[in-house]
Amino acid sequence: MRKLTESRLPLALSQGHRGAPVAHESAVRQVSGQARYVDDLPEPANLLHAAVALSDVAAGTLARLDINTMARAPGVIATLTLADVPGHTDIGAVFPGDPVLADGDILFHGQPLCAVAAETVEQARHAALLADWTITPGDAILTVDQARAAETYVGDTVQFRRGDALTGLANATHTSSGEIHIGGQEHFYLEGQVSLVIPEEDGGMLVYTSSQHPSEVQKLVAEVLGIPFSQVTVDVRRMGGGFGGKETQAAQWACIAALLARKTGRAVKLRLPRSQDMTTTGKRHPFVNRWTLGYDNAGQIQAADIEVNGLCGYSPDLSNAIVDRAMFHADNGYFLNDAHITGYRCRTHTASNTAFRGFGGPQGMMTIEAAMDGIARTLGEDPLTIRKRNLYGDEGRNVTPYHMTVTDNILPELIDRLETSADYWARRDAIREFNANSPIIKKGLALTPVKFGISFTAKHLNQAGALIHLYTDGSIYLNHGGTEMGQGLFTKVAQIVATEFSVPLATIQSSATRTDKVPNTSPTAASSGTDLNGAAAQNAARTIKQRLIEFATDHYQVRPDQIEFDNGQVLIGEQRLTFADLVQTAYMNRISLSATGYYRTPKLHWDAETGKGRPFLYFAYGASCSEVTIDTLTGEYAVDRVDILHDVGNSLNPAIDIGQIEGGFIQGMGWLTTEELKWNDEGRLLSNSPATYKIPSIGDTPPIFNVELFDQPNREETVFKSKAVGEPPLMLPISVWCALRDAIASTADYRINPSLNTPATPEEVLFALERLADQVREAS
Amino acid sequence: MTDFLLNRQPVTLATTDPDLTVLDFLREQAHLTGTKEGCASGDCGACTIVVGEPTEQGMRYRSLNSCITFVHSLHGKQLLTVEHLEQEGALHPVQQALVDHHGSQCGFCTPGFVMSLFALYHSDVQPSRDAVLTALSGNLCRCTGYRPIIDAGMALLEARHGDAFSAQMTDIEAELRSLGTPVLPEETKPDQSVGFWQPKNREELARAKARSPRARYTAGSTDLALEKTQRLANLNALIDLSQVAELNHLSVDAEGLHIGAAVSYTELEPVLLADYPEAREWLERLGSRPIRNRGTLGGNLGNASPIGDTPPLLIALNATVTLSNGQSERTLPVSELITGYRQTVLADDEWIDTIHIPRRTPGSLFRAYKISKRFEDDISTVCAVFYLETDKNDIVTCLRTGFGGLAATPLQLTDWQEPLIGEHWPALAVNDLSRTLAEALAPIDDVRASARYRVQVTANLFKRFHLETTQPDARTRVHGHGGSAHA
Repeated sequence: MRKLTESRLPLALSQGHRGAPVAHESAVRQVSGQARYVDDLPEPANLLHAAVALSDVAAGTLARLDINTMARAPGVIATLTLADVPGHTDIGAVFPGDPVLADGDILFHGQPLCAVAAETVEQARHAALLADWTITPGDAILTVDQARAAETYVGDTVQFRRGDALTGLANATHTSSGEIHIGGQEHFYLEGQVSLVIPEEDGGMLVYTSSQHPSEVQKLVAEVLGIPFSQVTVDVRRMGGGFGGKETQAAQWACIAALLARKTGRAVKLRLPRSQDMTTTGKRHPFVNRWTLGYDNAGQIQAADIEVNGLCGYSPDLSNAIVDRAMFHADNGYFLNDAHITGYRCRTHTASNTAFRGFGGPQGMMTIEAAMDGIARTLGEDPLTIRKRNLYGDEGRNVTPYHMTVTDNILPELIDRLETSADYWARRDAIREFNANSPIIKKGLALTPVKFGISFTAKHLNQAGALIHLYTDGSIYLNHGGTEMGQGLFTKVAQIVATEFSVPLATIQSSATRTDKVPNTSPTAASSGTDLNGAAAQNAARTIKQRLIEFATDHYQVRPDQIEFDNGQVLIGEQRLTFADLVQTAYMNRISLSATGYYRTPKLHWDAETGKGRPFLYFAYGASCSEVTIDTLTGEYAVDRVDILHDVGNSLNPAIDIGQIEGGFIQGMGWLTTEELKWNDEGRLLSNSPATYKIPSIGDTPPIFNVELFDQPNREETVFKSKAVGEPPLMLPISVWCALRDAIASTADYRINPSLNTPATPEEVLFALERLADQVREAS
Repeated sequence: MTDFLLNRQPVTLATTDPDLTVLDFLREQAHLTGTKEGCASGDCGACTIVVGEPTEQGMRYRSLNSCITFVHSLHGKQLLTVEHLEQEGALHPVQQALVDHHGSQCGFCTPGFVMSLFALYHSDVQPSRDAVLTALSGNLCRCTGYRPIIDAGMALLEARHGDAFSAQMTDIEAELRSLGTPVLPEETKPDQSVGFWQPKNREELARAKARSPRARYTAGSTDLALEKTQRLANLNALIDLSQVAELNHLSVDAEGLHIGAAVSYTELEPVLLADYPEAREWLERLGSRPIRNRGTLGGNLGNASPIGDTPPLLIALNATVTLSNGQSERTLPVSELITGYRQTVLADDEWIDTIHIPRRTPGSLFRAYKISKRFEDDISTVCAVFYLETDKNDIVTCLRTGFGGLAATPLQLTDWQEPLIGEHWPALAVNDLSRTLAEALAPIDDVRASARYRVQVTANLFKRFHLETTQPDARTRVHGHGGSAHA
């Protein structure tokens, strides 16, 4: 079922170089239980365990916080409230607004109020139950509508304008409007939030954490303690999943553990129980989005006025960039002509929503895809026909609402190929036939594209560093600023370095991301891990390789072009040395065998004032075709077949890339189908465990799941002309949602576009069917 | 003392910490951290381990959720962990298959998948995609999308051969059989408040309860252990029913199925499905493989939860339950056992002993429907069970129902169903009846679904039952099997 690209470099592939489908660097340790996560590390002597107590009210003021009983509980060594914090009390990542513990204002149900350290996990968690408080309740704002009505926001409203959308709409042949409620998503990384902090002799802290952003954890730990950044070292060997949930929101637990470690002089570990993790950390932003489109008789869009409203929670966190990215993707792959896109950042008394694979992009994209179906149903055309007619094109149809020219558009070709390989039109006919003869069970089909912008929209984050040492036995130590969360970054970067030196992959030793090895790093986020860190490591490798070449030229009296690194050996004129021999000889001749590498992404510019520029170096593209079956009596459904064609440029590792595509697809499918966040009227999260929050399980994997790579090099200069792959596939399952809607639409002969909010749970599907039947009744 | 093998190492544990879970024992006491905690509620499978036990057919390996299994329940068994599968420096075939198929990304769920696959590898199941899905139904992965894991499982099943464990089985069995007898409360001490006791028969059970009247019963602990892991309760006195011989008895006679209260769903499966094959989908949707390996009918009835999956089925099938205190017994309909939200008629000294499901009448029609947000390992939004008998003219002679998720207790809608006796089944006014069915229900909104959805779906499930029993060729299920294929 899996299709790997044909190898063009057979020998290099056998060495595990770029393009080889080698196993994840930790695979053997993972399957044998040897791979260590933070909670698995050998525990330091005298380790204390911490626990936190969470607010049971969504909004108000903390009138009284009594920790006396908690402090006297068995095994308790120390307690922590905001008053104990020697340094900064706000750990907001970009903007302030995130007190490390409650500072008097209660911001959401589940906000950490105080913490405790005890001899055992059990003692700490029992003690935390004994904290007592009085909260004077205030009015809680819990929804987008409430926030908009109260005009309470975490950031300024932003609008992109290209042309005059309102005039465009007034002059359009047809217009259609709509609204969609898009649910949030719990990350459900299998390894929950955890930090282990060990105090050092100089007052510094060594922090083991499960974080996508070690440098930020370093900064925030230093700031809450009031010590220089240089005294805090953060170590991340791997995470048991991140997905964005550990970009900013791993820091709080490291800070609390560090504060308790400072107070006690003992090592402290803080690991959140799952229900607390789900309650207190932010999620993918729910959105309420609205649109008005104008289009001609062919269904081509003439103008668009789109409004996105992100439910941000109590603080800014990364919400401004996330709502921006929703706006950047409100066009998906389509030319909107005259467009206004407006983004509101709604402040609510809920956990502070945060990065999650796609970073707002998926919610923006859902809006235009929902609208596409509407045009098709109104004009009586197939939704795929309408989608294709609206794709970006040549001059005149290639500028985004934020004034970036799309120069690498491959969607028309990519969709054509998928349309054929998935046999779209024949299956469309077969499904219509099936539905005509099946009163209860209905099928749906949809093919949707993805165009996703690659680069951090905050320009300064588009930089990375790496560190490479060669040892005299020829082994190579590799470190860089990116973190490994399962996505295969360490594997890909090691492959890049092995390729540069032309040595077997096993020569490369990957190492834990550490703030004392490579400083001032960006989060591993925005799909940028390999683009940035792979390029930095490549530069470090090239620096050392250049030194070796210069040395060999001189030492062996050959021309540089007579030196060739070749699969663990080095050809120097007529001589053939092992790589290790050359390294050793270089060492004896006093050549530096260690180098840093640095990379910054070129060509980026963005003017936030005018909403114009080039926020992305390039776009990653893909498309998927999904077929579903729904039960009109219960709303239950199954995804029967999925075909995907996805663009990763030149694949650095087809097995890992396909793994990202399949995994992203299923994760996105969960977001759009079964993963339902529910709060009660008091703002308490009800879906706070895997018993009540249902991510896809193994039976949800489509029985037919064809994934193919669109095998063309990136047109921009990236490392070996590869493309980022982390986030874009998350949006491929929009085709599942559209297919569900297609199946629902079949019950009204495809003439009406059914409203279907997400997640499209069986309940939502059944009610969508009901609403549609009501509409038909009213119309007749 | 509790004696078991930890991999190949004999372990003896004092029963002073009765509610110690296998997971905490492994990670905190044995310092084996390959087994992970993902949720501590039996929902994610990161903590999956395999327990081997000697049976008449040799060693039997079952996957369990170590986070909700009490370590003292392992007496006389072998606890296998991920660290032990590598033998002589080589990965076990299940480990190698996951590596070869790129089945791990972040790797945190991986040890759990390895152990579930190990249990599958040592089962006698026929190779199929469904067999792999069922074996892994309790393991969540957030990274891979499962496709490579399914491929690894398929490849494994197709190339199954012995492993180092097959060769060791005889030795292991002998070692396990030589372990000491499990602990019972001391005969002389009244009101013992701390201990984990494993009576082997009814008599020992009655004595244990007499010596520790406040002890809680446990069998699979799939629900009870959550009081410890989620609500931080201390369960200081536990009587484990899983070794009581009579409660593990499973028999079929002319009267029906007699199912000991401590029989696991996995053991029950072939027996129940032999008589009631239409229950397959319902059973496959009940928890996950590791949950079904531990969960019991007795536990599900004793919990008396409104969303338990088995009471609706047992009520609709006219099942009865025998309660016992060791001296006397009483048998009553399952519908009379549960009296309120998590309340039963059980007296303090009584336990649920045996469940009796009558043989079905030839020609009877039966369906058990479970509706939930996710197909596998999810709690019922609604459970609806229908049992119908008709005469040769299709006149209804018996109709029974059982509903879950619709009220504080499982329901049987006697007033609604009884007037249908004597009606011509194919000619029923189904729309009217589904409306009156809906009107008879008053569920609540909760995290799983709205009340309105529950009512609508229940009414529609009656339509589905009527359709499946009158038009067997109509397709009514999304999962391809259809009503009739499941029958």
